[in-house]
Amino acid sequence: MNRMPALRVKDLCKSFAGITAARNINVEAGAGEIIGIIGANGAGKTVFVNMITGYLKPTSGTIEFFGKDITGIEPRDAAHVGVCRSFQVSQVFMSMTVRENLAIALAIARDDGRAMLKAPGRPEIRAEGERLMRQFTIFEHRDAVAGALSQGVRKLLDIAMAVVSNPKVLLLDEPTAGVSVEEKFAIMDIVIVAMKEKGATVLFVEHDMEIVERYVDRVLAFYQGEVICDAPPAEALKDPAVIEYVIGSGRAPTPTAAAGSPSHA
Amino acid sequence: MLDILKTDKTIRWAALAFLALALSGLVIDAWILNNLMFGLARGLAVLGLLVLWRTGLISFGHALYFGIGAYTVALLDTFAGVTDLVLRLGVAVAASAAIGFLLGFILRKYRGIFFAMLSLAFSMVLYGILVKIEALGSTDGFSVSATTIFGWKPETKFPLFCAIVATAVVAIVCVQFYLRTTLGHLTTAIRDNELRVEYLGYSVAKAIHIKYVISAALTGAAGAMLATALGQVDPDSMVNWTISGELVFITIMAGPGNVVAPFIGGIVFEFLRTYAFEWAPQAWQLIVGGALLAIIFFLPRGIWSIFEKLMARIKGSQG
Repeated sequence: MNRMPALRVKDLCKSFAGITAARNINVEAGAGEIIGIIGANGAGKTVFVNMITGYLKPTSGTIEFFGKDITGIEPRDAAHVGVCRSFQVSQVFMSMTVRENLAIALAIARDDGRAMLKAPGRPEIRAEGERLMRQFTIFEHRDAVAGALSQGVRKLLDIAMAVVSNPKVLLLDEPTAGVSVEEKFAIMDIVIVAMKEKGATVLFVEHDMEIVERYVDRVLAFYQGEVICDAPPAEALKDPAVIEYVIGSGRAPTPTAAAGSPSHA
Repeated sequence: MLDILKTDKTIRWAALAFLALALSGLVIDAWILNNLMFGLARGLAVLGLLVLWRTGLISFGHALYFGIGAYTVALLDTFAGVTDLVLRLGVAVAASAAIGFLLGFILRKYRGIFFAMLSLAFSMVLYGILVKIEALGSTDGFSVSATTIFGWKPETKFPLFCAIVATAVVAIVCVQFYLRTTLGHLTTAIRDNELRVEYLGYSVAKAIHIKYVISAALTGAAGAMLATALGQVDPDSMVNWTISGELVFITIMAGPGNVVAPFIGGIVFEFLRTYAFEWAPQAWQLIVGGALLAIIFFLPRGIWSIFEKLMARIKGSQG
């Protein structure tokens, strides 16, 4: 690819009181690429997402966003440059309705310095909120309080709130965790279609290999804070190291690979 | 920008109610008028606490700004002979907002009990300074000479009462406008989920700082008005921690439901205290405390919830 990568991560390391959570991570993500991040619990997937979105400061290494150094950026500045995220546990405003959640998110995203002094319920925000709610199929829940929503709908709201500012890089931390099997594919269909329309790069942490196989262009497999495989899914999911350390016995295609491997997480 | 308030029912009803209240000042007894003035002045401070409370922040040290407002009036009067109400109020609000702006850099980092206690500590620093320094009146404080309004010296307290009512209305309009903006809506958003607000791209610290300055300015205005109405300031009745407690007391009693609630709470508190003191001079706190307990048990969302229930019933019978 000749174009500048949307995200370039160089020698990224993170340690907590002597424990290494990320070790020499080198990753490039092209514009519009869909990348699946896999790994057992504790492999360093969320730490990686947290470092890119500014929740954690790396111990060393650099993160570039279209050539611009964004290492150690504050979360709110990450949103401004175009790096947004959703969370493993949905982070929405629990006492507000779906409509109000999106209105606040949109009003902040459209803030030009004076917009904070305007009502979040103004017509242009309302119209855009409705469009988003329809796109994410949560329109019928518009007047429901977020705290009363099902996990699946709340996940969709969480992701919808992450994309209000039209991010160029979207990181989703386990977008289908805690969601029923039927809802999983529905959520991913909606999110991936929406992001492909915008040409955004998506990196998502996922434990379900069916989802990984179906949606991603590339797989990043993590083990003990390191990327042990960076390849297209067809190749990565057959990689012996990935099978041994990530996928585990539940999905192991050969009996030898299953022996002594960590359980499917 | 102000079209946010065009359809606002609270403002319309509040304006009418406060107009009626101002007019009632022509016929009511002097002691009732005094109580209303004190109640409305305290209501301004409680409105300031409500702005913080909506975000889940409780300050146990707002007597700091109450004191700054009151002492600004007293010092202006004693050392510069300033008696003009607008000037007194303006300087008091500016001084409170300025101190609020400075302390806000520290306080915006804290939540919950740490925010409450740090606020208390700052207020007690001012209390200590005032008590120790003779030039600032020490424990005796200052008396405040009667106010003038644009050079006119009123014969009765009625014009001052009207000015306090007008200040209350202006404060209600300003706070209601603030709460209706995106910045104001962040109030609930921050209480619900600070992390999400940050990831949406807005600084939680900045939003809380702005809120804190608004709250400080309102409480400064309250102190200035109370000092003018009472004609006396001293550390124990303006800056001591018991005053902060009183303000929190009224906030809980009034409820967070509406911007008018603090003024109703302030007035109810003033009358409750007056009667409690008359009935049981030695144990009036027992009556006031009992009343608060009763409100917490039976009206957990404060006195304002009576109005909410009434309005819901009227709407229900219309429908």
